[in-house]
Amino acid sequence: MKTNFSRRWFVKGLAAVAVMASFPGAAFARATGAFKADKTNSVVNVLFGDLPIEASSQITFRLPDIAENGAVVPATVATEIEGVTQIAIVIDENPNPLSAVFDIGESSVADVSTRIKVGKSSVARAYVKSRGRVFMTTREVKVTIGGCGG
Amino acid sequence: MTVKPVKIRGRLKGVIANIKCLMPHPMETGTRRDDAGELIPAHYIRTVTCLHNDSEVMTAHWGPSVSKDPYFSFKIKTASVGDSIKVSWVDNLGETSSGDIVLK
Repeated sequence: MKTNFSRRWFVKGLAAVAVMASFPGAAFARATGAFKADKTNSVVNVLFGDLPIEASSQITFRLPDIAENGAVVPATVATEIEGVTQIAIVIDENPNPLSAVFDIGESSVADVSTRIKVGKSSVARAYVKSRGRVFMTTREVKVTIGGCGG
Repeated sequence: MTVKPVKIRGRLKGVIANIKCLMPHPMETGTRRDDAGELIPAHYIRTVTCLHNDSEVMTAHWGPSVSKDPYFSFKIKTASVGDSIKVSWVDNLGETSSGDIVLK
């Protein structure tokens, strides 16, 4: 992230702090535009701040290797990691890489499935946040027909 | 336009409830054009809230890149027969819909 101590940067920072204080978890992601970010790096920055991202083999990220129809790509993220509070799915090559963020309550299992659009062949990432640590696993998905055409 | 209810199926496996939902919704990204070349305005579900016996167990935040007529499934750790499950959504235009079931 570039450090530019302009007034705008400062005002944004203030706003971000205020937002962080008032919204927990993914509401914060929404409020600060993680969904509007156009680079995976900025998505991660908004979602997880400075937390280091640890590659993990404990995340099951099911996604087809080849998606015949990019408009409907089934994705499942599940993990055995304890104390999961958040799961995020990011597709690097999509115009806005962040697809979905799930706030996992104490009484739900860290196992979610949905269907997402993948514009073109891309690296897909699943992030799992647990007890102040962030874990990630990646998959590659090849798309033969684009997802952005609906 | 008419908003359709969320379709939910729930299956108990021991104490774990596997919940599957279908939400009929156009999920327009806002980048597509119609036949006349006009941009189709964005219209997508932003927040999905899941209640188990009226307490929140899961919240999903979505961008427009979730597929049309979204499918969503999740699991609840400790559920039993007779528990109520409610799933509701709010989209970027402020429309909302929901569906509920009782586990059996």
